[in-house]
Amino acid sequence: MRRKNVVPNALAALALIGAAGTASGQHLTAEDISVLAGVCANCHGPDGHSRGAIPGIAGKPYVAQLALLQAFKADSIPDTTVMNRLAKGYSDAELDALARHFSEIGK
Amino acid sequence: MVSRRSILKSLGAAALATPALSMPSILRASESAGRVVIVGGGFGGATAARYLKRRNPAIDVTLVEPVDRFYTCPFSNLYLGGLREFESIGHGYDDLTGSLGVTHVRARAQDVDGVAHTVTLESGDVLSYDKLVLAPGVDVNFGALEGYDEAAAELAPHAWKAGPQTRLLKAQLEALEDGGVFVLSAPADPFRCPPGPYERVSMIAHYLKTHKPRSKILVLDAKDAFSKQGLFQAGWTALYGDLIEWVGLSGGGRVVRVDPRTLEVETEFGDVHKAGVLNVVPPQRAGVIAERARVTNEAGWVPVKPRTFESRTVADIHVVGDATIAAPMPKSGFCANAQGKVVAAAIAAELAGESAPNPSWANTCYSLIGPDYGISVAGVYAVANDEIVAIEGSGGVSPAEASPDFRRREAQFGAAWYAAIAEDIWGTRA
Ligand SMILES: Cc1cc2nc3c(=O)[nH]c(=O)nc-3n(C[C@H](O)[C@H](O)[C@H](O)COP(=O)(O)OP(=O)(O)OC[C@H]3O[C@@H](n4cnc5c(N)ncnc54)[C@H](O)[C@@H]3O)c2cc1C
Ligand code: HEC
Repeated sequence: MRRKNVVPNALAALALIGAAGTASGQHLTAEDISVLAGVCANCHGPDGHSRGAIPGIAGKPYVAQLALLQAFKADSIPDTTVMNRLAKGYSDAELDALARHFSEIGK
Repeated sequence: MVSRRSILKSLGAAALATPALSMPSILRASESAGRVVIVGGGFGGATAARYLKRRNPAIDVTLVEPVDRFYTCPFSNLYLGGLREFESIGHGYDDLTGSLGVTHVRARAQDVDGVAHTVTLESGDVLSYDKLVLAPGVDVNFGALEGYDEAAAELAPHAWKAGPQTRLLKAQLEALEDGGVFVLSAPADPFRCPPGPYERVSMIAHYLKTHKPRSKILVLDAKDAFSKQGLFQAGWTALYGDLIEWVGLSGGGRVVRVDPRTLEVETEFGDVHKAGVLNVVPPQRAGVIAERARVTNEAGWVPVKPRTFESRTVADIHVVGDATIAAPMPKSGFCANAQGKVVAAAIAAELAGESAPNPSWANTCYSLIGPDYGISVAGVYAVANDEIVAIEGSGGVSPAEASPDFRRREAQFGAAWYAAIAEDIWGTRA
């Protein structure tokens, strides 16, 4: 519920983020991305398929997922328990790659 | 297997940009792509086994692990607190050996010859490998604390490996008289699971408050500070009043001698405390097989190359989990799992003649202070200048001020974490 308000804001920022990701020049191979995504499974379930209280992230649309990850990084989602602390550990290019990776996994 | 499909899919998208991708390893699924032996089927080893097979099913993966069913230290404290059944923390290897095709050899590895590339089992059988993964966890440094040897652990359990030790401690707690004192001796750093002793004390406080309200807990600590200390101590006061007393190093908390027959401990300052139940969290080192493989340092831990967790001294031996020196990553199940995945990626790449991908790890340790009161510490890690570093600005602990609802959600997320990681490692579906 709280999150619904955040998405449009973060959507507006997406153009900028895309630019920053490219500008950072960080080159991520498919293997790099699969390694980055490895730890997400520890909480969100294998390949992001969750069975528990933590939301699943497999097949969640790229744009919405990236918006959430950026909002976590900016600490703009009140009452977040842990994703803010984790998202701050990734560059914009990495968050972009992660959002794309999980969005492409079948639900 | 979703991953392979998704790797193939992203390959399509990225193949042009990254011509060196592992296409060959995916295509030649019928012939063996190398022999990997993994010693230890806990958090690090079983993860490495699964993710090697996910990356390339043609790699021969043999898991050497003496037990049929692995009981996790994570959530064993909840069993002690009466919140979980013992069987709920046990996991078998059927999923790994089934469709994934990992070979499980039920044996202890006795010796490693890093030059000949062989592992000798207790039975005398010899396995040869192209790449060896050692994930033996910790062994207790018996003898490092006066009076604490293997026989002593039958009277004053450590319960720092889950199994019979955990059940022994639980039985002792159940036999404790109302009004009896539970004493926990906590070690100096480094040791398995920095917040573990304090979660244990919390869960035992929950049990005592419910069943033996006149009992007390005394923690004698060889350190002056511990993981999530502020959060733990605030939670203890909120939930248990003055039930738990903690004495740090400078207050005379360091235990220097244990008498397992009388359940007495003597501290550095010469005080003697008598326990009703005595839990000694002892000094530790890497599992002994690491020493046999000649990959440990004088302190008993394994120095590794940060990008691949290959031993710094013996080629083709990768080590993951608690046995390694991986600071600032803690010795946690979460990190052992993250390291297992990075090592699987590195080995799969090397066996295919490619270079290892860039490593990235994270950690989150959830701790339960009461049934509805969870807290956590998190971190994200990478390699910079050939060292493992915590990414600046990432991680940290749960907020000091938080609503009961926030603490309740972290308790629920902790349980969800356990279910997710157990499925990710052993394929367990609770
Ligand atoms: C009370 C407690 C609570 C904890 N809670 C948490 C938590 O909430 N979250 C968290 O992330 N971590 C937690 N931990 C830490 C976690 O248990 C360890 O970090 C994790 O188990 C390390 O994984 P590992 O693979 O290095 O070792 P292990 O998981 O211990 O696996 C080692 C395996 O190797 C096998 N082995 C050893 N030697 C040989 C040999 N010679 N031949 C064949 N097999 C061998 C053993 O049988 C064992 O199965 C906790 C620990 C404790 C003690
Ligand atoms: C320690 C457990 C943990 C890890 C590891 C973790 N997450 Fe999360 N994630 C959560 C929790 C819990 C939430 C709910 C928000 C909160 O309270 O932090 C969440 C929420 C999310 C959401 C929002 C989902 C939604 O629909 O609301 C996304 C997207 C997400 N995580 C992505 C990731 C990615 C990508 C990774 C890997 C880099 C990751 N997470 C790693 C625990 C985790």
